[in-house]
Amino acid sequence: MTVAASILVEEHSARTRMAPASRIGDKAFEWLTLAMALAVVVLVILIGWQLWQGSSLAIKKFGFHFLTTSTWDPVAEQFGALPFIYGTLVSSLIALLIAVPLSIATAAYLTELAPPWIRQPLVSLIEMLAAIPSVILGLWGIFVMVPWLREYPFPLLKRFLGWTPFFTGPMYGPSMLAGGIIIAIMILPIITSVSREILRSVPDLQREAAYALGATRWEATRIAVLSYAKKGLFGAVILGLGRALGETMAVTMVIGNTPQIAASLFKPGYTLASVIANEFTEATTDIYLQALFEIGLVLLGITILVNLLAQLLLRTITTTSATRAVQ
Amino acid sequence: MHFERAHRHTWRKIKSGLASTIAFVSALLVITPLSLVFFHLVVNGAGSVNWDFFTKLPAPVGAAGGGMVNAIVGSLELLALAGAIGIPVGVLGGVYLAEYGSARINSVLRFLADVLNGIPSITWGVVVYGLVVLRLKGFSAYAGGLALSLIMIPLILRTTEEVVLLVPNGYREASLALGVSRWKTIVHIVMKTASKGIITGILLALARVGGETAPLLFTAFGNRFWNHSLSQPIAALPLQIFTYAISPYDDWHRQAWAGALVLVTGVFCVNVIVRILTRGRAASVV
Repeated sequence: MTVAASILVEEHSARTRMAPASRIGDKAFEWLTLAMALAVVVLVILIGWQLWQGSSLAIKKFGFHFLTTSTWDPVAEQFGALPFIYGTLVSSLIALLIAVPLSIATAAYLTELAPPWIRQPLVSLIEMLAAIPSVILGLWGIFVMVPWLREYPFPLLKRFLGWTPFFTGPMYGPSMLAGGIIIAIMILPIITSVSREILRSVPDLQREAAYALGATRWEATRIAVLSYAKKGLFGAVILGLGRALGETMAVTMVIGNTPQIAASLFKPGYTLASVIANEFTEATTDIYLQALFEIGLVLLGITILVNLLAQLLLRTITTTSATRAVQ
Repeated sequence: MHFERAHRHTWRKIKSGLASTIAFVSALLVITPLSLVFFHLVVNGAGSVNWDFFTKLPAPVGAAGGGMVNAIVGSLELLALAGAIGIPVGVLGGVYLAEYGSARINSVLRFLADVLNGIPSITWGVVVYGLVVLRLKGFSAYAGGLALSLIMIPLILRTTEEVVLLVPNGYREASLALGVSRWKTIVHIVMKTASKGIITGILLALARVGGETAPLLFTAFGNRFWNHSLSQPIAALPLQIFTYAISPYDDWHRQAWAGALVLVTGVFCVNVIVRILTRGRAASVV
């Protein structure tokens, strides 16, 4: 009894000795990690506030006209963002038209149709493509892709589709079409890997049911898998659009950087991100800098909206692996 | 009748084979740019990657030779600065989400982190320009490092959360049952068990921002010489590649290709290390 009592006493005193210290440590650590986690809240507020504040004068001066006029004349201090908004949307649209079918077909190939031994190496290669920095793709774009486009595909497009307004006029090389193609290359990996995760999360029961009815491999893929995953695939596409809109370096290097709205895709264009990249350090007057901040604000607004839509579409199906693919 | 059914069956099989072929060709097209970029990097860059490239400053216009040692060192300095802010904030924030946060707070924080991950990197350059460059009246390595760190934070936060959640609860319970306090359990048991995954996330984030150019254009700005103080403009490999690529000089184009080859090699090395680290991840839980 005495032994037990002394153990109890000892433990009790040990606890009273230890407890406050470890409690303080626990609290301190919890608060520390909470403070770090709140960094994401701070960052969201910071980015919105800074861009808003940086462009307040321009917003006051140009108002809504900033978004609807197309004069960009720093000397006359006239700023309208329409050509950049147009260029961003058109180049992203071209990118989607090229990248979406390729990515989804590749994702279907990787999860449904390919022989198992080929899948992992292919996935690794696609991850490597995703890891290539934008500026390097731009370098390749300037010196390899654009000259090649000018030499072979552009004349062909002109010959066969020249009757449409999209493929007319002189072909210099740097153009809206070149910009769209380079963005397509940049968003191929993300649409492919997110779509792949989506298709992987389709329950096997779906496939088994189709095969039990005697479906061929393609029929099972089309009826049981692709149509089942429609919403998620749409989310993957929208996510790719979000990346396309904000793509900067590679596009800046091949799109030609001319603020104009032209139907022909052979003509050079300009995007929101590119004009910031090119003109920010040259902005000599306050209002010029303010206008560029406002361009940043417009870009932020568009990309956040698009990303919210993507999150909404992906949420129902999102698995941790899908979020990993996003990064 | 019977013949017709058989005929239709063959047609369906042909269609299936055709679809598989189209999907295969798509997959080939997706990886074609990768191989082309690689091929041209080696063909155009390998000749200029030599001893001088790693030891000399850029040569003046017109003079052949020269190197990019200042840009390579500058990139490493910027990564160190970015890591000094981004790694602790990202890792500890991720630990909060995995270990403490309630489901409601977590879903908000996770959502915001995903929103941040979708914001174009050039926007961070604009924000840091307004925040730091305008106030300190000059481009600086600090500003560049900060811009990169802001990109890293949400990336590392998400990957850390994910791998910390993979640590089995039994580990925590065993440690707590031994009377170890909660924070010591988290630091010494949970984070240690997940360390491989955490390091993987950090390395991937570093590889990602190491190739970033847009956020550095008007923060770090670039420098043709050595940077002697972190409050001065600093060179970075991606920035230098960009400047050289859009210049009209052939010598500079050659240097740009060489720089790109070195940068891609660096980025891919990190990715290979990550792959080795995560091999057999399923077997060892984390």
